[in-house]
Amino acid sequence: MGLLDRISARKSESEAAVFPPPADSDPLFSTKALRKFLGCLTSRELPVLIDLGPVVGSNIAYFGEQLGCKIFVVDLFADLERFAREGRVEQFADFIDKKFTQDSGSVDGILCWDFIDYLDKVTAQRLSTQLTRVLRPEGALLGFFSSAIQHGHSFYNKFIVSDEGVNLRARAYPALRGRQSVLLNRDIIKLFEGLRVSDSFLLKNNQREILFRKPA
Amino acid sequence: MERDIVNIGKSVVIKGELNGSEDLTIEGHVEGTIQLRDHVLTIGPNGKIKAQVFAKAVIVLGEVHGNVTASEKVDIRDNGSVEGDIVSPRIAIAEGAHFKGSVDMQRKGAAPQQQAKPTVQPPAGVTAVPPPPVPAAAGQRVGA
Repeated sequence: MGLLDRISARKSESEAAVFPPPADSDPLFSTKALRKFLGCLTSRELPVLIDLGPVVGSNIAYFGEQLGCKIFVVDLFADLERFAREGRVEQFADFIDKKFTQDSGSVDGILCWDFIDYLDKVTAQRLSTQLTRVLRPEGALLGFFSSAIQHGHSFYNKFIVSDEGVNLRARAYPALRGRQSVLLNRDIIKLFEGLRVSDSFLLKNNQREILFRKPA
Repeated sequence: MERDIVNIGKSVVIKGELNGSEDLTIEGHVEGTIQLRDHVLTIGPNGKIKAQVFAKAVIVLGEVHGNVTASEKVDIRDNGSVEGDIVSPRIAIAEGAHFKGSVDMQRKGAAPQQQAKPTVQPPAGVTAVPPPPVPAAAGQRVGA
């Protein structure tokens, strides 16, 4: 059963999977890669999804009720914020090593959002190693990467899935630690060297969306 | 018909197994297991739960550490917090709520993964059984 079939079959049952009402303050942008990512997930009967971002109720309802995913909400942003607040960001890489208790090759999809942008290279490498480990062969990982340094106040983004994965709404909230650097495409590819790039998009808002697949 | 709702007040601490056949609101502390198979469990803003929870519906305004299984719905309201794994066909998580763990949304009509034990029905509608070996508060978790 394909993505559209699954959505239409479940849509009528799902009252909770309503998307948040539009808020003018939350920029809306068209995502090219999310739909493809969801297509990878829904080719599985009971897909297992890891969401590295903060909990968003409507996303959970959408992934869980309409797509039938089992979701692990990890919220690494909250963990990074805690480490920054306690002044021990240098220990975050060790924390990442122990964070993912899932079996190797047990996860169908990982929503990385733009978390890598907030890490130094060493920690980013340790995270990518863990994510690559838990992803099953042919599993998918979606990452966003900025093309510009963050100026002014530091912030994280909550990405809210809208219009069934066609659009995303980015809701900013304050952060102690800003983006660390702008990664070049070749650095990103090297970071996830156990995966292959399936699709890569540069959006109008200068955000890069990269969809990785784990080779079979 | 008037619905019975039992309250466990702020000063009450219960350790052990809590079974009931009425809707229950907890404002105090509970550690162990809570089973309200056909009823609604509300964790009030002052409630702190360290327990495995089985109920028809669970509304969280306070803190829950432990796995939550609901046959109908789990509703985590603003300022509510759940750290544990949720199994329920419907989940609502408000903006401002905290959640860490996994979500498994069973299809409607599917049986819960773990059936609640038969309930004990004391006059007050709620029984606190002295602690047997207290089950682990939180089961399989994602990370620390």
